Amino acid sequence: MGDHHHGPAKGLKRWLFATNHKDIGTMYLWFSFAMFILGGSFAMIIRAELFQPGMQLVDPAFFNQMTTMHGLVMVFGAIMPAFVGLANWMIPMMIGAPDMALPRMNNWSFWILPPAFLLLASTLFMEGGGPAFGWTFYAPLSTTYAPPSVTFFIFGVHILGLSSIMGSINIVATVWNLRAPGMTWMKMPLFVWTWFITAYLLIAVMPVLAGAVTMMLMDIHFGTSFFSAAGGGDPVLFQHVFWFFGHPEVYIIILPAFGVVSQIIPAFSRKPLFGYDSMVYATASIAFLSFIVWAHHMYTVGMPIAGELFFMYATMLIAVPTGVKVFNWITTMWRGAMTFETPMLFCIGFVVLFTIGGFTGLMLSIAPNDFQYHDSYFVVAHFHYVMVAGAVFSMTAAVYYWLPKWCGRMYNETMGKAHFWISFIGFNITFFPQHFVGLAGMPRRIPDYALQFTDFNMMSSIGAFIYGGSQILFLYNVIATIVAGKPVSDDKVWEGAEGLEWTVPTPAPFHTFSVPPQFKG
Amino acid sequence: MAGNDTAIYITVAKSATVVVAMFAFVFVVMVPLYDVLCEALGINGKTGGRYEAATIAVDESRKIKIQFIASNNDDMPWEFGPSVVSMEVHPGAVNSTVFLARNPMTDSMIAQAIPSVSPSRAAEYFHKTECFCFEQQPLDGGKTAEMPLQFIVDQDLPKDIGTITLSYTIFDVTDMLKKDAVASR
Repeated sequence: MGDHHHGPAKGLKRWLFATNHKDIGTMYLWFSFAMFILGGSFAMIIRAELFQPGMQLVDPAFFNQMTTMHGLVMVFGAIMPAFVGLANWMIPMMIGAPDMALPRMNNWSFWILPPAFLLLASTLFMEGGGPAFGWTFYAPLSTTYAPPSVTFFIFGVHILGLSSIMGSINIVATVWNLRAPGMTWMKMPLFVWTWFITAYLLIAVMPVLAGAVTMMLMDIHFGTSFFSAAGGGDPVLFQHVFWFFGHPEVYIIILPAFGVVSQIIPAFSRKPLFGYDSMVYATASIAFLSFIVWAHHMYTVGMPIAGELFFMYATMLIAVPTGVKVFNWITTMWRGAMTFETPMLFCIGFVVLFTIGGFTGLMLSIAPNDFQYHDSYFVVAHFHYVMVAGAVFSMTAAVYYWLPKWCGRMYNETMGKAHFWISFIGFNITFFPQHFVGLAGMPRRIPDYALQFTDFNMMSSIGAFIYGGSQILFLYNVIATIVAGKPVSDDKVWEGAEGLEWTVPTPAPFHTFSVPPQFKG
Repeated sequence: MAGNDTAIYITVAKSATVVVAMFAFVFVVMVPLYDVLCEALGINGKTGGRYEAATIAVDESRKIKIQFIASNNDDMPWEFGPSVVSMEVHPGAVNSTVFLARNPMTDSMIAQAIPSVSPSRAAEYFHKTECFCFEQQPLDGGKTAEMPLQFIVDQDLPKDIGTITLSYTIFDVTDMLKKDAVASR
């Protein structure tokens, strides 16, 4: 027995052979932050080029690679691994488990990620450049007209898909089998619930993505014609397969964010979450609906009217469970003894901005209107409101909220609040004007634009530099906290925080819950 | 913990089964289902395969205008177009026309024409009893070919459709077939 209670190994081996959920979680979080910076620097290049009309800094081919790589890196490299890292850290501690169910597979699912992104990033230096066909890689742009490096891209997607699948199987196995006695389904913290459902979404749709890129690979190298009209295939088929993966994918990104917000808002409102049961059912409904709305990304592809109507109504239906969630968060805050520490600020920012993104989503769901919005900057504004102000804000909130528990030191609150306000203002300066240029007709993914869009684009670029710069403050704050933050010793770092993770000592020891706790919820 | 381990393995096995099933689902369900649905519903203006002409009465009271469009995919160098740009037909009657193609290159090439019907809901009422699009068209350098088309417009064509546009895109499949030949060796 004594053998099991040793501390971490020393040096590089600790990380290379890590099986401890906290170490792996930490690696995921740092990796995703590195990818966030990489994807962010691509965005800075995009915004710098778009600061003025005309061609200034980069040539159009490189610009296309930047928009593509920005999307790929942010979705698959920054947001998804960040939430997997958070799941690794928090799920065992929230359900009273000693570790994840499959610690060795956990190591594997992390360590294949860096090579996947190395492969993806290396395509930028290859002949013909990296992927330049948009993160949605529509055929035939990604098959017939793709640069030769597309094969590396396909292999990279295969690897990161494998990583996601292994990670989600691990989460499913952990939640099914390692809950502490007394932790029944309807007593699980909401973050665990949302991740549990997300893991099932991943298991269901990552193989579909793998199938899509496999078909691309076969079309490119083995003479099949899945997406080539000349051989009897159809490029539109690609869009169906891709979005059958792609729509659940956007909920894979946002559901864990919902979970985080549902943990933090009650803590700083000093009230239990309003409507816990309805939150669980809403999450499950959103997950189910995500499978039957994919073609709302393709209204202009030439669908029969019955198809347009079906996908339009099904999409609008998603607003109902999502609305339930937003109202529950607001009701949780209602008459609560609220305080506004940095995590809470980010969560309130999330609720406000995500709701705006939800409303523009409703606008886009209306098929006849979408013909105007399709592939315009309006779409760009919409998905950045839900991805950045949704997923990234909640992830930031989560880091501020749990960081004191992780490292036993308190972050600098003033700097945290400054980070929030600079991010919030910078974000809105960046993306709010994009609604207007989009409605006025500026298409997405172009390196140059008509003169009348200049002012709003300049605003966008300035906002982007502010938002990007604020992340340096975040990085500094986190490092400063880990190195020299004010030590905290209370188990319960936040007065209103509830849950098993706050019953372990601060900082969380290397091994927690070696003996399952009795959960009384 | 032994019992727990078994439970974990069962969960993993179940999840892995879903993964394998979903990967297979893409190839054995989604792709064929897409083709079947497109053909059955005439989505994308896809027309069906060879139609076996049934003896159906000709509806002399109605005239449908058929327009022919031809275009070249990408950098396909052939000169390709309909011999007549439009014709008026009665539903139920068998009509024929030809498309003309010339290969201006010195090498012989193989082409494949892909049809599309607009409006797309007319696709299921547009029957081809013979079409050059059913097979590939090889053509030596500098040679021309007349490519036949025979079709019937169904009498059940919705009343509000007065014009049907049939468009062909011609693709260069020479390389594609070469690759196939290499692969099959």
